[in-house]
Amino acid sequence: MALSVTVRATAPIPLDLAFDVGQGELLALVGPSGAGKTTLLRAIAGLWRPDEGRVVVKGATWLDAAALIDLPTHRRRLGIVVQNFALFPHMSALANVMAAMDAPNRPEAGRLLDLVGLPGLGERRPAALSGGQQQRVALARALARRPDVLLLDEPFSAVDRPTRERLQAEILALRAHLPMPVVLVTHDINEAQLLADSMVVLESGHAVAAGSTAAVMANPEALRALGIREAASLLPATLVAHLPDGLSRFETAGGALFLPSVGAAPGSRMQVRIMAHDVILSRGRPEGLSAQNILAGTVARITPGEGPGTMVHVAVGDHELLARITRRAAGQMMLEPGDAVHLILKSLSVARDHVRRADHAGECGSMAGVVPE
Amino acid sequence: MDWQALSLSLRLAFWTVAILLPLSILLGRLLAFRQFRGKGLAEALVMLPLVLPPTVFGFYLLLAFGRNSRIGAFWQDMFGHQLVFTFEGLLIASVIFNLPFAIQPAQRGFEAVGQDLRDAARCCGMSPLRSLWKVELPLAWPGVMTAMVLTFAHTLGEFGIVLMVGGSIPGETRTLAISIYDRVQGFDDRSAAIMSAVLVAISLITIAITLTLSARIGRRLS
Repeated sequence: MALSVTVRATAPIPLDLAFDVGQGELLALVGPSGAGKTTLLRAIAGLWRPDEGRVVVKGATWLDAAALIDLPTHRRRLGIVVQNFALFPHMSALANVMAAMDAPNRPEAGRLLDLVGLPGLGERRPAALSGGQQQRVALARALARRPDVLLLDEPFSAVDRPTRERLQAEILALRAHLPMPVVLVTHDINEAQLLADSMVVLESGHAVAAGSTAAVMANPEALRALGIREAASLLPATLVAHLPDGLSRFETAGGALFLPSVGAAPGSRMQVRIMAHDVILSRGRPEGLSAQNILAGTVARITPGEGPGTMVHVAVGDHELLARITRRAAGQMMLEPGDAVHLILKSLSVARDHVRRADHAGECGSMAGVVPE
Repeated sequence: MDWQALSLSLRLAFWTVAILLPLSILLGRLLAFRQFRGKGLAEALVMLPLVLPPTVFGFYLLLAFGRNSRIGAFWQDMFGHQLVFTFEGLLIASVIFNLPFAIQPAQRGFEAVGQDLRDAARCCGMSPLRSLWKVELPLAWPGVMTAMVLTFAHTLGEFGIVLMVGGSIPGETRTLAISIYDRVQGFDDRSAAIMSAVLVAISLITIAITLTLSARIGRRLS
């Protein structure tokens, strides 16, 4: 594994977990604040030393508490973007990027600023940049270190919503240039689900669920920790056309989907995040509804919850969608695995930032090779 | 006009600043960033010269530097002359007496450099020394600069300690402030007035330089 982490500590907060991240994999650490996400990141960076633990990066041991190995932070090849960006206020954007280079190289710093979408602003100081621009400088600075590990600590939480969506889309577009393991700390489940390959759900320092994003989001333990209202699933969809009434038409394995228009070209492969509690199930194909989206699927399994709710996993093509309905409704419908059902979804219940491009590369193809392996 | 006294005062102020500059960076940084047992006591000790009457402080230094003390005896053995009533003795007294003026503003300056920026410097691969040079010092500079100007100005004007530890030996320990006092005692009001005016001028120039420099640094940072 490109990054292997084991951490155990009792203070300042109890922590006891282990995870691995592969080369080029983006792992999201999610969980409520105080769960230990940031502390874990600081342990990887060497800014905090756990009682027990090991951090191994590309075969090199950064931390092994038992063997008394603790590489100082400045000798760990890592890039980090933190919530407030921590840019050096007395340096220009270019100088900030160059500050992280072994041998300061102006043209390369300029290329990195171009890569993150900041051409021509290199001479500005951080105070003269917007929050989103500062975030890009911080990312360029992290990449300038030619990191073996990239750490993102709530990097999108200090910018406004439209900026956040744009930055998240750009991170996706940048994925092709990020050959190293990436660890993203966030409390935004939508962000984690749309950006990450895999997820670790943290609750008071313990991993309650870990694995691929889709598996974790369908895991009852994870949902208990994250809050059942966060339950959602991803459905791949191809954007077919933008309609004049402000909707876009998508094609999916379960049928057509009409959603509020998104900024992508027809033909784009997208991911639609569908909240489990927004889905209505019906045995027959209903008529005379205002809801625009009726997808066909098959009940895969049913997992009753502790409260009044029940989670119905519905297979739509190769994918599983989650529908959270009441136990009462499931009983009345006498749902069993194998039953054919229809999923009903209001167009307006899908938020615009829950629809993302699925293809990682794309927009920045010409910049390939800027971040060396 | 006692040019010798002026030159001595400037020499004393220069060397005091020269010694206290690295010391204030070292100790100011330590007090700003580190939490350690006895930190409160250390801060109180640094502040002590600020509240003690110069004569009291001078008296203790006189005892500490005297031939009967360990420090005084050691100095006598090493250099063949005593420490009190010499320029060296005066310089040591001046360094100690200026500790609060040098360390306090430097400490405030370093405290203004947040933990997040110091962490960022380390994550950028900067060694502690490089981080000090590239990140901490440029940001803490207004504080360190203020510290040095205060020290310089304060050394020029110090009277009580100089009189207690140094006396008034021309060319060795008679600073401008002492010289002014001597002239007034000798009813030479004209010389006293000229020298006082010179001291006022130097002080004004020093303050002007500080304000200009810190404004320029402030502009550069904003």
